[in-house]
Amino acid sequence: MRTFIANNQVIPITNHLRPDGGRWTIREKLLLGLSWDQYRAQFLRNPVNWALCFVFAVGVPILLQRYLFGLGSITHASNDYPWGLFLGFGLFGMVPLSASGFLLGTTVEIFGRKDFVPIERLALLNGLLGYFFAVVYLEVDLGMPWRLYYPMFVSLGPAAVLFLVAWHVATYLSVQIAEVSSAYFEWTGWLKGKRFVRSITIGLTIAGIILSTLHQGALGALFNYAPAKVHPLWLSASFQWIHFFCSAIFAGLSMVIVAGALCKRHLAWRCDRRFLDNVDQCTLGLGKGCAYALITYLVIKVVGVAHDNEWAYLLTGWGRYFLLEMALAVVLPMCLFAYGVKHRRVGLVRWAALISVLGIVWNRLNTAMICFNWQLYREVPHWKEIWVTVTIFALYFVVYRFILYRLPILYQWQGEK
Amino acid sequence: MPTLIDRRRFLRGGLLASAAATVSLAPAQTEAASFEGYPNAMGVLVDLSRCVGCRSCEAACNKEQQLPAPEKPFNDFSVFDELHHGQKRRTDETRYTVVNRYDIPGREHPLFRKIQCNHCQEPACLTSCFVNAYTKTPEGAVVYDPDVCVGCRTCMIACPFLIPTFRYSSAFKPRIMKCVFCYDTRLTKGLPPACVEACPQEALTFGRRSDLVTMGRQRIRENPSAYVDHIYGEHEAGGTAWMYLSPAPFDQAGFDTSVPKEPILNYVKDFLGIVPMVLTIWPALFAGFHLLAHRKEKMQQVNKNEGEV
Ligand code: SF4
Ligand code: SF4
Ligand code: SF4
Repeated sequence: MRTFIANNQVIPITNHLRPDGGRWTIREKLLLGLSWDQYRAQFLRNPVNWALCFVFAVGVPILLQRYLFGLGSITHASNDYPWGLFLGFGLFGMVPLSASGFLLGTTVEIFGRKDFVPIERLALLNGLLGYFFAVVYLEVDLGMPWRLYYPMFVSLGPAAVLFLVAWHVATYLSVQIAEVSSAYFEWTGWLKGKRFVRSITIGLTIAGIILSTLHQGALGALFNYAPAKVHPLWLSASFQWIHFFCSAIFAGLSMVIVAGALCKRHLAWRCDRRFLDNVDQCTLGLGKGCAYALITYLVIKVVGVAHDNEWAYLLTGWGRYFLLEMALAVVLPMCLFAYGVKHRRVGLVRWAALISVLGIVWNRLNTAMICFNWQLYREVPHWKEIWVTVTIFALYFVVYRFILYRLPILYQWQGEK
Repeated sequence: MPTLIDRRRFLRGGLLASAAATVSLAPAQTEAASFEGYPNAMGVLVDLSRCVGCRSCEAACNKEQQLPAPEKPFNDFSVFDELHHGQKRRTDETRYTVVNRYDIPGREHPLFRKIQCNHCQEPACLTSCFVNAYTKTPEGAVVYDPDVCVGCRTCMIACPFLIPTFRYSSAFKPRIMKCVFCYDTRLTKGLPPACVEACPQEALTFGRRSDLVTMGRQRIRENPSAYVDHIYGEHEAGGTAWMYLSPAPFDQAGFDTSVPKEPILNYVKDFLGIVPMVLTIWPALFAGFHLLAHRKEKMQQVNKNEGEV
C-alpha cells in the first residue's frame, strides 16, 4: 500500500468518524477511504496481485473442470492413494498451522498473559481462516461436496474418528467466528454484539481448547486406520494423536510468528504503535513456546520409536529419510529458536518459525502421501492437482489480506468499543 | 462480584463442552463395543492350488454387477503381464474382482489369485466411515449405501486389502465401487455369488464361514505337503468371510502378510478412549488455571474497592 506510505498518511480509517466530522460509509470503509480509481491504481501497481491473477486465471478453469467432469479429470484418480494434496496439504497441513487461535486464546484469556494481547487477534484470525480454508480444500476433495453436512444431520457414524473431526472442526469454526467477530463488530459499530461475545469469551476459549486437543489429535488418529500402510516410523499407534497434537502447538505458534513478521514488514501502514512496538517481544515469547514444544515433540517421537521397537528401520533408506525430517524440521528449528530467544535475535526466531512451518507441512505430507503405501510405489500428483492446491492457497492469502487491510486486527479501533 | 461472574462464565464453558460430549461421545462407545461378527455368516474359501487363471469369475462378476465392458476381453490372458506403477492389476471402478498370476521361483506352475472384497468380520471400511455407509449383514456381506456416502474415501484408506475404489470419473454420481458378495441378487436368496458359480475348477467354495474354516483345516491336514499351514483370512484383520489356502508362502502369492491379526478398529480404540477424559477433565483444569491466573488481579481489585469504601 504505497499510497499510504508515500503520502505519509496516518493509518486510514480507525474510527467511525471522518476527519471532517461525518461518518465513514461502508463503501468508504471497504475502499479504505480511497476513491475507486485510487484503489484500482494501487491494486495494479502491486506485482503480487499480478502473480495472484495468473494463478487464478489458470486455477479457476481447472476447478470448473473438477466440478463438471469429476475429480478424475484433474487428479490421477488413484485408488491406492485416495488422499492427495487437497487433504494431505489442505486438511492435514492447514489445521495444525491454524492451532494459533486456541493457543493464543489460552495464553491470554486463561493464563492471563496480557503481554500477548497485541498479537492475539492476529492469531485468532489466522486460526479462523486456516480452518475455513481447510474446509474449502475438503469441498474440493470430497466426492459429493453437496453432502458436506451429512455426517452431522443425515447419517451419523459416531464410532468413526472422522466423525469426531467433522463435528469438532464444525463447532470450532463457529467458536472461532465468534471470537473474531468482536473485531468485525467494532468495525461496523454494533457494540451489543461485541459485548455479548466478550461475556462468553472464557467459555469460548475453553471450548476451543477441548475441541482443538481432540481434533488435532484425531487427525493423527485417522492414520491409525492404516497400520499396514503408513510407514511404521511415521505411525506409532499409541502415540499418533499426541504426536499430532504436540506438533500442532509449535506449528500454530510458528505460523503466528511468520504472519506477524509479514505484517510488520509489508503491512506496517496498517499497524498501530501498539502492534509494532510489541511484535518483536511477542515473537520472542512465542519462540520460547515453540522451543519447548519442539523438544517435547522430539522426545515423544523418540519414545514412539522406542515403544514400538523400530530402531532397525532407522538403518534403512526410509530411516534415513526419517532422520532427515527430524534433523531439518525438528532439531534445526529447535536450536534456532533456543539460540534466538536466549540472545534476543528476533530475526533468527522468525527464520526458525518459517522452517518449522514448512517442516510441519512436510511431516503431514510424509504421513499422508509420501510414506503412505510405503511397500507399494510413490504417487506423484497431477500438475492440475498441484495448481488447484496453490489456487486455494492464493485465495486464502487474498482473503487474509483483505481482512487485515480493514478490520482492527493489527491496530486498535479508535471509535467507541 | 467478580467470582460470581466467573463461575457463570465457567458454567457456560462446561455446558458447551458437555454439549459436544453428548453428540460425539456417548454413541461412539456403545457402537464400538457392541459390534461383533454374525455366527451364521457365509463365506468363500479360495484354494489357490485349484485356480487355473481362466478369468471366468471376472467375466461372471462383470455381468452380474452390470459393470462396463472391459478394455480387453476376459479371454485375453495378456492382462496377467500388465503392471501399473510396478503393481499387478487391482480392483477399480470397472471391476470388483481381478485374477493375477504369480510366478514363484522353484514352482513348475504359476499361482493365480483372485481378489475381491474379503467381507471382513469387523470391516475397517465400516468402522472408519463417518456416515455409516457400510453394513455388515447377518448373511456375511459388507454392503454399501451410495445415498449417504459423501466421498471422503476414508474407507479406502482404512481397508487393509486395498479393495474399495472410487468412481473418480463422475462429477455428479461418484460413489464407492466394490464387491458386495452379490448381496441383493443372490446372497439373500441363499445362492452362491456369480463368480463362485462360474468357477469351472471349484477353486471357490461357498459355505458357512465356520464350516469353511473346518474344511480348510481338513484340506491342510489331509494334504500337508500341498499347502502352507495357514488359512489367510481366518484371523487377518480380525477375520474375513473370504479366506485363502495357498500351496506357496502367502507373501509370494501377493498377499500382504503385514496385515494385523486383529480388527483395524483396535488401533483407534485407544484414541476414542481418551476422548471422554479430555471432555471432562479439560474444562475443569483450564477454568482452574484461569481462576488462579486472575486471582491476583481480583485481589488487587477487591482491595482497591475496599479502600475506596
Ligand atoms: S476387505 Fe476391505 S472393503 Fe472389504 S470388508 Fe474388509 S475392509 Fe471392507
Ligand atoms: S467415501 Fe463414503 S463410504 Fe467411504 S468412508 Fe467416506 S463417506 Fe464412508
Ligand atoms: S461376490 Fe459377486 S460382486 Fe463379489 S466378486 Fe463375486 S461376483 Fe463380483
